[in-house]
Amino acid sequence: MSDATGFTIPKIELGDWIETGLDYLTTNYSGITRGISKFTETGIDVLNDALMWLPEWALIALVTLLCWRLAGTRLAIGSVLGLGLIWNLDLWDPMIESLTLVVIATLVAVVIAVPLGILAALSDRFYKVIMPVLDFMQTMPAFVYLIPAIPFFGIGSVSAIFATVIFSMPPAIRFTTLGIRQVPNDLIEAADAFGATRSQKLFKLQLPLSLPTVMAGINQTIMLALSMVVIAAMIGADGLGNEVWKAIQRLRPGDGFEAGIAVVILAMLLDRLTQTFSKEKKPRS
Amino acid sequence: MTDTRDVKIRVRNLSKVFGNQPDKALKLRDEGMKRPEILEKTGQTLGLSNVDFDVMEGELLVIMGLSGSGKSTLIRCLNRLIEPTEGEILIDGDDVAKLDDKSLLRCRRKHFSMVFQNFALFPHRTVQQNAEFGLEVRGEDKEVCYQRGRDALKQVGLDGWEDAYPSQLSGGMQQRVGLARALANDSTVLLMDEAFSALDPLIRKDMQQELLALQHKMKKTTIFITHDLDEALSIGDRIILLKDGEIVQIGSPESILTSPANDYVARFVEGVDMSRILTARSAMTDVRATARDDDGPRTALRKMGDNGLDSLFVVRRDRTVLGIITAEDAERAVRENLTDLSSIIHSDCCQVSPEEPLHNLFAMFAGHHHPLAVVDEQSRLLGVVIKGSVLAELAEAGEAHA
Repeated sequence: MSDATGFTIPKIELGDWIETGLDYLTTNYSGITRGISKFTETGIDVLNDALMWLPEWALIALVTLLCWRLAGTRLAIGSVLGLGLIWNLDLWDPMIESLTLVVIATLVAVVIAVPLGILAALSDRFYKVIMPVLDFMQTMPAFVYLIPAIPFFGIGSVSAIFATVIFSMPPAIRFTTLGIRQVPNDLIEAADAFGATRSQKLFKLQLPLSLPTVMAGINQTIMLALSMVVIAAMIGADGLGNEVWKAIQRLRPGDGFEAGIAVVILAMLLDRLTQTFSKEKKPRS
Repeated sequence: MTDTRDVKIRVRNLSKVFGNQPDKALKLRDEGMKRPEILEKTGQTLGLSNVDFDVMEGELLVIMGLSGSGKSTLIRCLNRLIEPTEGEILIDGDDVAKLDDKSLLRCRRKHFSMVFQNFALFPHRTVQQNAEFGLEVRGEDKEVCYQRGRDALKQVGLDGWEDAYPSQLSGGMQQRVGLARALANDSTVLLMDEAFSALDPLIRKDMQQELLALQHKMKKTTIFITHDLDEALSIGDRIILLKDGEIVQIGSPESILTSPANDYVARFVEGVDMSRILTARSAMTDVRATARDDDGPRTALRKMGDNGLDSLFVVRRDRTVLGIITAEDAERAVRENLTDLSSIIHSDCCQVSPEEPLHNLFAMFAGHHHPLAVVDEQSRLLGVVIKGSVLAELAEAGEAHA
């Protein structure tokens, strides 16, 4: 940056610093990242194999039954048609691979996000710290997470899950915090008046009452995870995203749309199914 | 105070400042400043100032005041839902204000249960589970929770509703659940924060009566908050009147009505239904004529005629009331040539004491038009009350206070 006087302000080496930091992490903690990588890979393989082991028709029947029980006939019919189409288009295996990534990424994200959300709801200080971090995580372009994932975990599905977890976690944290914070104050006061401890309040009152909101957050996390899993094809993740990526490289719009439609079907099924959990139901405890 | 019961809660010098510089506010208070000035000078709100009172074992104490008078703050200071700024709250000798967190939990579980204005029922729990809540957090056995919860629900007339959710109940029933939740705990003190204020008037009256019945039966020390003087008068053993965080008057309902401590209380009690305060004495008129028990029908009839009456009280020589006769009956007795009054006396005529509140007299006029006999303890006739004079007296009282 220089002007007419020749006075220059040196460019802040932000990029260099971040790279140095990442280098430091990869060289010094590679043991840990390797371990995580190995562990996650095993998880992916097991789930993948299990889902692939089932014949297509059996899985379709299973999903349809689930849809019918949870959401009604319409979704059940939709799932038969949608999954049938994916099978017919020969996209079954990539679909299963994508589903596996989504499921594992969501599990990891929820396991991390819900406790963080609870903490942010109960501690104002933590709330103030984590909210800007969440803003950062959500507004940073999703592709950027892919880059550090590679030195940490190498090319492939584990990196995809790492990036996906970071990208999809924020709504689960936010909704958990929101759900707990919106428990009416007079109920908290009533629990206090009867001498409830913090954890009694949390488990008997705040968590049960915030469950629908938490589930809505998890639904959002699943949707974000699916979108990220597709993008993660760029760093070698298997699945439907990979089909799209191949179609782009070979300039075959037909193949691309086929894979795209499969993503849409998968997304709709996952969304409608998980939405049924977030609908306000009388929980029986 | 004639009370011989033990003191259950002793509150001394209790003050509460809302804001971050309580010391400053209290210092100004000690210099004699009042709430508005302190607020202006320091931005601190003096919620309660130097509140002193005792709660007797087994009494129903009403704390009354308008909104902003500090009554909700006061009741919440007792179980420290709001932290008091200074002062002592001694319950069975322990100072609640000084308890650490653990002891405070124990104290709340043992001593206090609370009923809230907006019910504050847990929407995700059934009626039964709501009633069990206090026992559950105390860690009682499931069996004990269940049984005591059920008993409490029975007590408030909700058996059969155990499995319903609060949202399925009407307001009155929801507050019964709130009451059951508090009773199930069997705490030593019941705190009721405007418990009936959100209910409609008829249900409210019912609940007041039920609370009185329960309280009478269980003798539970109860602190009841209300902004409604009628409610305070009808249920309170004693009433504490709060204004701007200070106690204005403590006393029985009668003493608050009859000898208000200052203008504020006087103005406050003005609005009260006057028929509660006015008594038979104020509507009583002198007896113009009476029949003696040895008078004949003819004499009685003449006395009525002379004084323009259509009925007459019959008294003995010592003026104790025997009953009442009507002109109609006396005429018939004359026609039938009866010589004494005994067969036509209505001995079931109403006799009231001069202290009987006026609003109780209406019911006595319901069946007939006879005047009421106002009598002293020995049943001697002091005067009569006719229906018209009750109404006239009420109208006058209404005008005087309008």
